[in-house]
Amino acid sequence: MLTTVLFYVFAIILVFSALKVVTSKNPISSVLFLVLAFVTSACLWLMLNVEFLALVLIVVYVGAVMVLFLFVVMMLDIDVETMRKGFWKHLPLAILLGIIVLVEMVLVILNKPMVITGSPEVVSNNISNANQLGWVLYTQYSYPVELASMILLLGLVAAVAITLRKTDKNAKYQDIRKQVSVKASDRFEMINMPAEVEVDNLEPQNKEEVK
Amino acid sequence: MIGMTHFLILSAILFAIAVMGIFLNRKNIIVVLMSIELMLLAVNFNFITFSSFLHNIAGQIFVFFTLTVAAAESAIGLAILIILFRNLRSINVQDMDKLQG
Repeated sequence: MLTTVLFYVFAIILVFSALKVVTSKNPISSVLFLVLAFVTSACLWLMLNVEFLALVLIVVYVGAVMVLFLFVVMMLDIDVETMRKGFWKHLPLAILLGIIVLVEMVLVILNKPMVITGSPEVVSNNISNANQLGWVLYTQYSYPVELASMILLLGLVAAVAITLRKTDKNAKYQDIRKQVSVKASDRFEMINMPAEVEVDNLEPQNKEEVK
Repeated sequence: MIGMTHFLILSAILFAIAVMGIFLNRKNIIVVLMSIELMLLAVNFNFITFSSFLHNIAGQIFVFFTLTVAAAESAIGLAILIILFRNLRSINVQDMDKLQG
């Protein structure tokens, strides 16, 4: 009984926030409603006893990706009025399309061979969900995990490379021609420096030489 | 009792709303990106539901990789968005016709 009530409460919040993401005027409030949608779906995932991924969704998605979105939306100067142009014109078509997509999916879901009558995964006492996931992730799926890490590295390098400005004074570049054609005399300088200097006759021009 | 169909229909609704979002905000590329995130959430929801009801962990592994790819994708997408805004002073999709496509 409690799970039914909780499911419907979370489902209503999720659908409402998704609709607000799509329809709200200000992009910042869209981002904030998207955060609400992610948190609510993490709650629904917890109801299915998928704890690890629910927490990963909150930590990685809400904590990193959505904050990045918020940062970009606040940084850009968005003209809301031109962006909203054509919103009401496209609304009937969009609703029609949404309903068609929904009806098709529901027809597939309610098709007899698709209906699985069972219960969600139960919490076992001796092994947690994160433990279970870790066991397969680092044995059976260890190669895909390394590929995923390469994808993240690619994302990191690509994002930096795209946004780096060539004309930026502070940007540091390697000039290969300069590096190859460098001579030892450019890098290395011999300075004549007496081994022992008497403190009494340390004169101004002598001081410079020491430097 | 909440069965598998409830979760699947919820994620179908989520996906339909995201499709609607792409149509409604086709001028504003940042809301289009957010709609794509919403679509990915609906897909992940399906994976999680099947994984939980069929007692098979493979679905959760796939969601793990989807989250990784989606994070990288949105980082690169926002980087492209920033450089577009720097050059065009707008994020209107209509202004992005440099390639004359």
